[in-house]
Amino acid sequence: MSVECGYFVCTVIFIYLYALLAMAEERRQKQCTVILPTESMKAVAESVGVGQLQEESCAALSEEVSYRIKEIAQDALKFMHHGKRRKLTTSDIDNALKLKNVEPLYGFQSQEFIPFRFASGGGRELHFYEEKEVDLSDIINTPLPRVPLDVSLKAHWLSIEGVQPSIPENPPPAPKEQQKVESTEPLKVVKPGQEEEGAIQGKGQGATSADGKGKDKGLIRLKPRSTHELSVEQQLYYKEITEACVGSCEAKRAEALQSIATDPGLYQMLPRFSTFISEGVRVNVVQNNLALLIYLMRMVKALMDNPTLYLEKYLHELIPAVVTCIVSKQLCLRPDVDNHWALRDFAARLMAQSCKTFSTTTNNIQSRITKTFTKSWLDDKTQWTTRYGCIAGLAELGSDVIKTLILPRLSVEGTRIKAVMDGPVVSNIDKIGADHVQSLLLKHCAAVIAKIRPQPDTVEQYRAEYGYLGPMLCSHVMKARTQAALQAQQVNRTTLTITQPRPTLTVSQTGISGSTGPRTPSIIKVPSSLTLMSPRPGTPSQPSPPATKYIVMATSAGASSTQQVITLSSSQSASPVTSTVPSATSTLQPLVKLESGGGPGLTGQRPVQKYIVVSLPSSASSSLESKSSMLPTSISSTQLEAGMKLERSESPGASTQSPH
Amino acid sequence: MTLHEYHQSGDRILHGWRFPVLNLAHAHFIFKMAAVQGGLVDAVEEKDIKTEPSNDSGGNNNAGEARLLSPSPGSSASAGSAKSTTGAPEDQSTLLAVLQFLKKNKLTESVDILRREAGLPEDVLDSKGTDSSGAGSGAAADSADAAGGDASSLLSRVTGSSSAPAPAPTKAPGEDQPDVNVVLSAYSQQGDPALYGVYYNGLKRFIESVLDCHRAELSQLFYPLFVHMYLELVYNNHENEAKVFFEKFSGDQECYYADDLRVLSSLTKKEHMRGNETLLDFRTSKFVLRISRDSYQLLKRHLQERQNNQIWNIIQEHLYIDIFDGMPRSKSQIDAMSGSLAGEAKREANKAKVYYGLLKEPEIELPLDDEDEEAENEEGKPKKKKPKKDSMGSKSKKQDPNAPSQTRIPLPELKDSDKLDKIMYMKEATKRIRLAPDNLPSICFYSFLNAYQGLTAVDFTDDSSLIAGGFADSTVRVWSVTPKKLRKVKSAADLNLIDKESDDVLERIMDEKTASESKILYGHSGPVYGISFSPDRNYLLSSSEDGTIRLWSLQTFTCLVGYKGHNYPVWDTQFSPHGYYFISGGHDRVARLWATDHYQPLRMFSGHLADITCTRFHPNSNYVATGSSDRTIRLWDVLSGNCVRIFTGHKGPIHALAFSPNGKYLASGATDGRVLLWDIGHGLMIGELKGHTDTIYSLKFSRDGEILASGSMDYTVRLWNAMKAYDDLETDDFTATTGHVHLQDNSQELLLGTYMTKSTPVIHLHFTRRNLLLAAGAYNP
Repeated sequence: MSVECGYFVCTVIFIYLYALLAMAEERRQKQCTVILPTESMKAVAESVGVGQLQEESCAALSEEVSYRIKEIAQDALKFMHHGKRRKLTTSDIDNALKLKNVEPLYGFQSQEFIPFRFASGGGRELHFYEEKEVDLSDIINTPLPRVPLDVSLKAHWLSIEGVQPSIPENPPPAPKEQQKVESTEPLKVVKPGQEEEGAIQGKGQGATSADGKGKDKGLIRLKPRSTHELSVEQQLYYKEITEACVGSCEAKRAEALQSIATDPGLYQMLPRFSTFISEGVRVNVVQNNLALLIYLMRMVKALMDNPTLYLEKYLHELIPAVVTCIVSKQLCLRPDVDNHWALRDFAARLMAQSCKTFSTTTNNIQSRITKTFTKSWLDDKTQWTTRYGCIAGLAELGSDVIKTLILPRLSVEGTRIKAVMDGPVVSNIDKIGADHVQSLLLKHCAAVIAKIRPQPDTVEQYRAEYGYLGPMLCSHVMKARTQAALQAQQVNRTTLTITQPRPTLTVSQTGISGSTGPRTPSIIKVPSSLTLMSPRPGTPSQPSPPATKYIVMATSAGASSTQQVITLSSSQSASPVTSTVPSATSTLQPLVKLESGGGPGLTGQRPVQKYIVVSLPSSASSSLESKSSMLPTSISSTQLEAGMKLERSESPGASTQSPH
Repeated sequence: MTLHEYHQSGDRILHGWRFPVLNLAHAHFIFKMAAVQGGLVDAVEEKDIKTEPSNDSGGNNNAGEARLLSPSPGSSASAGSAKSTTGAPEDQSTLLAVLQFLKKNKLTESVDILRREAGLPEDVLDSKGTDSSGAGSGAAADSADAAGGDASSLLSRVTGSSSAPAPAPTKAPGEDQPDVNVVLSAYSQQGDPALYGVYYNGLKRFIESVLDCHRAELSQLFYPLFVHMYLELVYNNHENEAKVFFEKFSGDQECYYADDLRVLSSLTKKEHMRGNETLLDFRTSKFVLRISRDSYQLLKRHLQERQNNQIWNIIQEHLYIDIFDGMPRSKSQIDAMSGSLAGEAKREANKAKVYYGLLKEPEIELPLDDEDEEAENEEGKPKKKKPKKDSMGSKSKKQDPNAPSQTRIPLPELKDSDKLDKIMYMKEATKRIRLAPDNLPSICFYSFLNAYQGLTAVDFTDDSSLIAGGFADSTVRVWSVTPKKLRKVKSAADLNLIDKESDDVLERIMDEKTASESKILYGHSGPVYGISFSPDRNYLLSSSEDGTIRLWSLQTFTCLVGYKGHNYPVWDTQFSPHGYYFISGGHDRVARLWATDHYQPLRMFSGHLADITCTRFHPNSNYVATGSSDRTIRLWDVLSGNCVRIFTGHKGPIHALAFSPNGKYLASGATDGRVLLWDIGHGLMIGELKGHTDTIYSLKFSRDGEILASGSMDYTVRLWNAMKAYDDLETDDFTATTGHVHLQDNSQELLLGTYMTKSTPVIHLHFTRRNLLLAAGAYNP
């Protein structure tokens, strides 16, 4: 086999190089054996007009080509190293080809991943580089993209006399993980090489050597002392920020809060901030200064939003402050006029957020907080303001809490509200309070009831169950249902626009199914569309079957990105729980870990689509036999009746070949 | 054998002749040392013999297929002189061999010149050359006659001998390339392929059964034996047996050979062996093992008892066993030194004397102020480069005994501006911060923003006023980091208008209109991999993938010269600390020494077995160090062209080198994330600094040599206590004859600080004259 021939073919099938590299990665153990399949040789030969290639020639060619490709890849690595990069780019391969005096391949100039497509059909598999036909006038008419920025030089201090300053240009001095480790496992040895530690101990002795010595001598390991000395700059910063946060200029405050929420170097200042907030709340609650309390809560929010901070160590100061803002009897000077309810809502949301983030089995924040709220709520003497705060705090903790703690007390609360509303006028303040509590309860409970209660909603039933609030709840629930239905449609529509077209699948399906006719609906054989099958509430013929939840996940190796779908529906509710679909924020956690089938588009193997269908039996037994017809996908979804819709459609590629 | 030996012999052979520069295919041979007393200037004469045309044609007619790399294009010719001894007939025969070679490659012009120079009659070559010129080497061998000095017989003798280096010229690969076949034919011995595994296994079992103290040493045999046995199998077309053999035993090899094994594994056919660099490396350079006499005897006895000729043959033919008397080395000692492509360095290779001391600073009349005056009295020697040098203990009033003589290589004379700069330097030096473990330097980081992963090289001027960056898009950019902006010189027409007598003429020649903070230099046609400022800040060098090195003027911001010679990517280049000379090295495995006013290299340093990845000048300009992908570092003598040191121990391609300011030590960093410290005088490894987790791209000693800074791909700058590394070494290590040092694992104690950047690989480090550390890299969001 002549060298030229080898190079020639290797140029042609250059696109396999990526696939080969991926394969080599997988099969590192069997380095000898990675060789291109002979079919590829045939395909390449056909592409250049050689019809019948002997099997032996193919085998010989593929060996030769594999060898040449490896040779080129090894040379390309050199260019990568000298280019001071970690990622091999196409230009490296071009340069390596040049080194071998082979014409480089043009048209593959991409810094990032090259979207090779995979297709198979008629027993053949192909990777190809899709080049779309481009209309010249389109290009001319589109406005020019922004000019890429020119290279520029920026200087900053990486270290000042051995200590790394915490400025945005430097990485955060203590990464969040480390802060977490420090707070949750204080006895664990701090990893060496952390800048802060390294710098401080660099003056005396290396971090690890100190630790190592301690270990060797069998001494009791002490909790690492964290120093919180502030440099002059930091002190200035602290002063500026706190002043701006509670000052009168709103623009400045926004800037300061932005800085708190994004600056990576605040770790050192956290104790000061938390003390500032806690003291501030203490003082201002007494003085009934609503504005300042709001500002302080916004600071808490900003701190929690900062991705580089781990607040766990300062919760003992922050949580009381936040809870104070939720349940305090009086937060403002004129409780009848000022909107302190908004502050309570906001603080309640903060509380819920910190519960979600920091609650562990050790600190039990969530249960402690829940207990606190419940206790004061149950107390008859509690004022309406506090009552409102307690309910808001509980309601924010999620639908489970509402279901178990609030719903049972709705009737009791209803009578209490009724007493204030219909009874003799005690005070205007009480009336306002009762009014707010009522709307709060309606707001939070309606959504939950809409989920758990089967249709139809009748006022009588509601009244029987929930007492005074029943009729109002009923109307709210109905409103919630229609809204959810509306949203579901919108969600459907958005998925349509978001999902990437994946023609790959179209092709592979024909290969798999071999027929273009309407497919028999079955869960496993669902093509690319990840439709969910569950008995629809819209089909009344089935008398309220037990709620079944499906999580359908699929992956396809041929897709350019792994797609995950978690779909949840509950048949008892009047509407699919659309809100859970993309964000999965509901109580339902995905039970199935997705196994992705190798690098997208790189493996060179047939993409394997995996569907994992999990059913979550709710109260009753699950009914898998409840197969509704396979739902067609996105396009048709708009035609569906309101009651019958699918949660999430996937892959418009499939839609193009759907029988509709 | 390497080219430098050839230089030696070439010198001997050609002594007395004025010998022109020959341009032989891609290679240039400098038989005449341009640097001999007369200085380098007389080399200009060489220019009158232009060999460019022949060079081009030679390059072109086989450029199409000849890009398969061979270690050195010239080495095949140099092989001709490899065996030559001092006798006159031998000399002539060598010459004939060269002529023969030239003729065969149709470099008739060169032939004529050489013959004229040598005073050989035309018929000498013709009568003896014709019969062999057409034939392959086999035929040439047959035609050897009794004359003894016959060129063809010499050629065949040389190429047939297995000790010859890489006789694979870039000339046409394939069928008409006898040399590669000759090289490979050493593998053609026939053994039962099935028995290879048995032999290997037998040896393995034997080595496992010997005493512990010998086992580590004998284990070194595994890798070279494995490679050669595999290659033999492949060469003899036992493809499947080779595959089985590889799979069975590749797992046993040391992990640091993984890269080579990967290359080897792809080589499964005899056809692949032709033109494969790695193969040629294994084959042409004997793998060097250092084994104690006891262990060696043990091995020999075993092999003789078992009559294991197969293995014995490989050992005899392909391995070089450097036997030493004394205790066998421990596993850690062996591991510290092994890892290179061709085993350890032979002990003799590091025996040559190296003048590592610094040159005396020239006398400069300083307009000293009082403060400096005092310093002068104390120091007793104000002209020294480093006023605090006495702390280093190596320099005193008299000439350093380890320093080369001032005129060992001719250095350019100092210009007035240079003297001014020296004065500035000394003033700054007095304000220098004394670094110590408890007084770490501040680090100023220059981030290149929006570089789009394209930053490939960075350099700072010595006075830290300018930064240059080389980019993958072929551009070179220069920034001024001082308020002083970059200005071009006015055009010729405008210059005419200037009053040349005025005092500020230097200011007047600059064009204010062009003032800007940065300038872009266009000219290369490939990524710029190496970049270096001249010490006087007037020039900038850049080396690129396009095979050229360009010299740019920082006055006019234009390209002055394109130095062609490397036909492959040039990975690195650096100016000499005294200016004028520069060194370059690249993919063709040859480092070249150039002078700015010569378009051809003055020296070629060949010997590396893989790409030369980085090049550095010794502070005294008498030596250059090159690091290579073959995982060795070589130190070359600029005067003689000899390789005077080979350092092995890295487990990956070397990407960073740094000399200590006193010239005694060398630090090297590689893709394996380790920094190794070397004592140049003794030729020993003296320290291993572990900590980085990725390729080290930059190393720099502080101005006093107390602290070593290393920058890496792992986004960190680390500071190491270099003084402690020297001190910790026991002095009797140097006196030990065995030439190996027991290193302690004290990296963590030596590490003074780690500074993480924000996803910015650190690709250059520089200490300012006041010991502020500057670092540079491109931010990769």
